[in-house]
Amino acid sequence: MLYARYVRMVFRCQLQYRASFWMTLLAQMLVPFSVLAGLLMLFHRFKRLGDWSVADVLLCFAAIHMAFALSECFARGFDQFSQLVIQGEFDRILVRPRGTVLQVLGARIEFSRFGRLLLSVLVLGAAIRLADIQWTTLRVLTLFLMVTGGAAIFIGIFMLAAALCFWTLQGLEVANIFTDGGREMAQYPLDIYRTEVMRIFTFIIPFGTVNYLPLRYLLGLSSQTWLAVVPLTGFLFLLPCILVWRAGVRHYQSAGS
Amino acid sequence: MSQLAAMLKPYCAAFRIRLQQNLQYRVAALAGIATQFFWGFMLIMILEAFYRGSDAAPPMSMPQTAAYIWLQQAFLVFVALWYRDGEIFRLITTGQVAYELCRPTNLYLFWQARLLAQRLAGALLRCLPILLVALVMPQPYRLPLPAGPGAFGLFVLTLLTGLLVNVSISMFIYILTFVTLSPTGSLLLIGVVGELFAGLIIPLPLMPEWLQRILYWLPFRLAADLPFRVWSGHIPVPQALAGWGQQLVWLVVLVFLGQLAMRRALTRLVIQGG
Repeated sequence: MLYARYVRMVFRCQLQYRASFWMTLLAQMLVPFSVLAGLLMLFHRFKRLGDWSVADVLLCFAAIHMAFALSECFARGFDQFSQLVIQGEFDRILVRPRGTVLQVLGARIEFSRFGRLLLSVLVLGAAIRLADIQWTTLRVLTLFLMVTGGAAIFIGIFMLAAALCFWTLQGLEVANIFTDGGREMAQYPLDIYRTEVMRIFTFIIPFGTVNYLPLRYLLGLSSQTWLAVVPLTGFLFLLPCILVWRAGVRHYQSAGS
Repeated sequence: MSQLAAMLKPYCAAFRIRLQQNLQYRVAALAGIATQFFWGFMLIMILEAFYRGSDAAPPMSMPQTAAYIWLQQAFLVFVALWYRDGEIFRLITTGQVAYELCRPTNLYLFWQARLLAQRLAGALLRCLPILLVALVMPQPYRLPLPAGPGAFGLFVLTLLTGLLVNVSISMFIYILTFVTLSPTGSLLLIGVVGELFAGLIIPLPLMPEWLQRILYWLPFRLAADLPFRVWSGHIPVPQALAGWGQQLVWLVVLVFLGQLAMRRALTRLVIQGG
């Protein structure tokens, strides 16, 4: 598969600068670590967050940060898409006989973003030991879907923001509210927020479907099995994003020379 | 007197030029305002949920916490250590700093004036809309008025002195770039540590006591935590005055060390290229 080749090529490329690679990887761990420290300090003082214990919230934290790290690593091309448009580089992509989505995805893959992933995996391990989960095949699948579904949502937002560049040419900083902001928000179960906020982030941008809903099933707080597969909504969210992207590509007028 | 004015003139000019330049970025400021509103709301909601679910009395009341968060968002450009001047990094890494060195001015003070102007411009564009809207929000999100005229006066005083302290801390990032030639590492390290220690991730009074005791000895909280708690009266006026004294002492120490480090870095500086 072409994408696998892209991945292998970029990976080898980045390992050429070995010291720099490992240092950036470590540095990437540091940022979410300070957020994690803040979260733990709040639990140290208050013990609980409503109905949720520290282990429950750590599960939430790990899942959303893993999702974000994956999307940031593989969909970075969309994140920095405005540069491609401004410099007219997108023309090159259009003349190649392959899909635009695939090429933009392959244009930038940043493995140093795995720093965040590494930290989240450690947090996940700790959370699983702390939380009392009755593991079944379905529950393992639920956890897997929470991470991948979350990554799909982030990729969708990156794509939407990139597609808007076809009209605005400029990158839109405001999109960060939904990527960085969505990540910060969804590291806590969304039902601690105001009801309106929770609804927006469940029905419009479906962070809730990879967050508190499957979490309830995972922890055995609810026995409704549909909650186990509700993270699939994250993949459904990708569909309208791809449509907007297609419309954007059709609208594209070259800005370069 | 006129000699002193003549001496200060280039620094004032550097300050004024930067201020005017940075006031141009209005769209960026608008995006910043939207982001900071979202962030402020989210932080208050998270803390409120923690407060609600706990039997223990929180060390800071809900209105005081709201004040802490909104002031932090309104003056983020004053207090964030990662807010940087990319051009200075470029000057250092490309060797163009040689031109800066030809000027008959003290480079440390020259850059400090420039950084000060940049932060002031950023905050001027952002703080008013955020403060105005935060003042009329529904409870518990409303920003309360200052605890009194004395508290307000000391808030302004400690906020501005804190800005000077913060700029002096950030100077070390630029000075370190002379040695490392890549700003990424030191920027990230000082930025992240500073953010946590200044109370920007969670308010300082909510941290464990042992950590608070350490942080009170460090300069990071002086730009953020101190003025924000002076506004809401969480730090009463006498202690606020003591805090201002602490700011002045740190300011002298940091500027002294910074000048020293700068001089050392410059004597070992090798300019490459022609």
